[in-house]
Amino acid sequence: MEDIFNWLSQHQQMIYIVILSVFLGIEVIGRVPSVLHTPLMSGANAIHGVVIIGAIIVMGKAESDNLLALVLGFLAVILGTLNVVGGFVVTDRMLEMFKKKK
Amino acid sequence: MELNILIICYLIGSVTFIIGLKMLSHPESARKGNLIAAAGMAVSIFGTIFLYEEGGHKLGNYAWIFSALIIGTILGTMAAKKVKMTAMPEMVSLFNGMGGACAALISIVEFDHLSHQVQAGATADRGILLIIFAGLIIGTISFAGSMVAWGKLNGKIKDFSFNGQHIVNLVIFGVIIALSAYLIISLDTVASTLFYVIFTLSIVYGLFFVFPIGGADMPVVISLLNSFTGVAAAFGGFLYDNPVMLTGGILVGSAGTILTILMCKAMNRPLSNVLIGSFGGSSAASSGKEQGAYKEISISDSAVVMSYAKRVMIVPGYGLAVAQAQHVCHELEKLLSDKGVEVNYAIHPVAGRMPGHMNVLLAEADVDYARLLEMEQANEEFPMTDVVLILGANDVVNPAAKTDPASPIYGMPVLDVELAKLVIINKRSMNPGYAGIENELFFQPKSSMLFGDAKSVLQQLVTEIKTL
Repeated sequence: MEDIFNWLSQHQQMIYIVILSVFLGIEVIGRVPSVLHTPLMSGANAIHGVVIIGAIIVMGKAESDNLLALVLGFLAVILGTLNVVGGFVVTDRMLEMFKKKK
Repeated sequence: MELNILIICYLIGSVTFIIGLKMLSHPESARKGNLIAAAGMAVSIFGTIFLYEEGGHKLGNYAWIFSALIIGTILGTMAAKKVKMTAMPEMVSLFNGMGGACAALISIVEFDHLSHQVQAGATADRGILLIIFAGLIIGTISFAGSMVAWGKLNGKIKDFSFNGQHIVNLVIFGVIIALSAYLIISLDTVASTLFYVIFTLSIVYGLFFVFPIGGADMPVVISLLNSFTGVAAAFGGFLYDNPVMLTGGILVGSAGTILTILMCKAMNRPLSNVLIGSFGGSSAASSGKEQGAYKEISISDSAVVMSYAKRVMIVPGYGLAVAQAQHVCHELEKLLSDKGVEVNYAIHPVAGRMPGHMNVLLAEADVDYARLLEMEQANEEFPMTDVVLILGANDVVNPAAKTDPASPIYGMPVLDVELAKLVIINKRSMNPGYAGIENELFFQPKSSMLFGDAKSVLQQLVTEIKTL
């Protein structure tokens, strides 16, 4: 029990961020016209590509003799980049259609 | 000093994600919102590469990192730019899967690192282990599920379910949790190969999760998997105490969940219903009714009846997208308007393969936004419409959704096209649509079939009307 309370107080700021972000996510979506559901999903998809930062850290910390970390890290950065770049470009293409009208 | 700049970079990233997501929910600001979020992402990424420090050491292996970034950028941009508009949802699913896989790989490497430390005598931090497992399991499930979703939208993977599948799914999930708990508690003494068992089980669960779900429900599933990957990214954020990963991840996890619920509301089906999958096991064979005869109408008759109508409503569907006939459709609309016919489009929220699919398609053909009517508006106008021209839409105009409780689509709001005076249905054949069920609309007295590829039929109609 002690351990849990300790952990909670150690990480309280992270916990606040999580709670606030949950509510923020809910608020930010608000009333979305159904026509924007897919571009929004695509944009959110690109944003969770932020996981690439973890991959970069893994790669950056890997020692030169740790083949697993190097190879998997390399792969992870590629995959993360695909998520980020592909995600934002696809979203932009979908939204191009809204440029001329309205 | 540099750590302080990094903090600011992450702050910028987090703020741009929030603002970007907000702007993405309004048509006027959507495009800018996307760019803003992208800019914040870039700042966070490059900040990490050059300024991140752990134990006084900066990151190394720059050559590896930059080559990976370059490869990913080239592949990602090419794939995203070359793909056809109709394949957009598949791409979203594909890239989502990449993100999930990235999260899983991070967990694998960190676990490997941790288990080596444990073997060397250190005690494992249970909290860290929990985080690593969560990232692995959620990321892997999202990856496997997204790949299946991609395959389904591609047509490469068919719906697949077997009796008792839901029990099997639950059991697999239970085993994953149990093994993880076991390994977390006793890592010091137990072989770490169990980790890879959990990894494999997660892949299987992800596959089984999406296999039975009907292709028409894929956008909902992709949205759900999208939020899963967000949560996986957030666990990465916990692992590295990284605020921008945390914010981005939770935002997407939360927003993605709301979006999923919104999409379900548009189909008037609860999420549980969607996830239980293709029509609860009994597929298209559920309604073995006698269908009766259908009427056909010729191009010339269709041309005449539409030219002399006062109001025409066009109902676009996936068939229009597949035939890439949106430009000819616009031509037809303009021709009819020149003749004094009032032409509008009835857009069902889930027509096509994704919400907004038809809007995007028609916008590409320069169709005036004002002519696109949402479902409620269109339904009010159908009684006053002379001719409805259905272009490759099927399930969204199926009256069974209103009348047949046994139908898989029962309860979904549909377009009340049968209230109009005449309904012309353009399809390539009598084959069932995406939901795989018969459509009694085709056999109703006011309906007539106009067979052919949407593009060729529309072109013929245009030619005919020009001679009238």
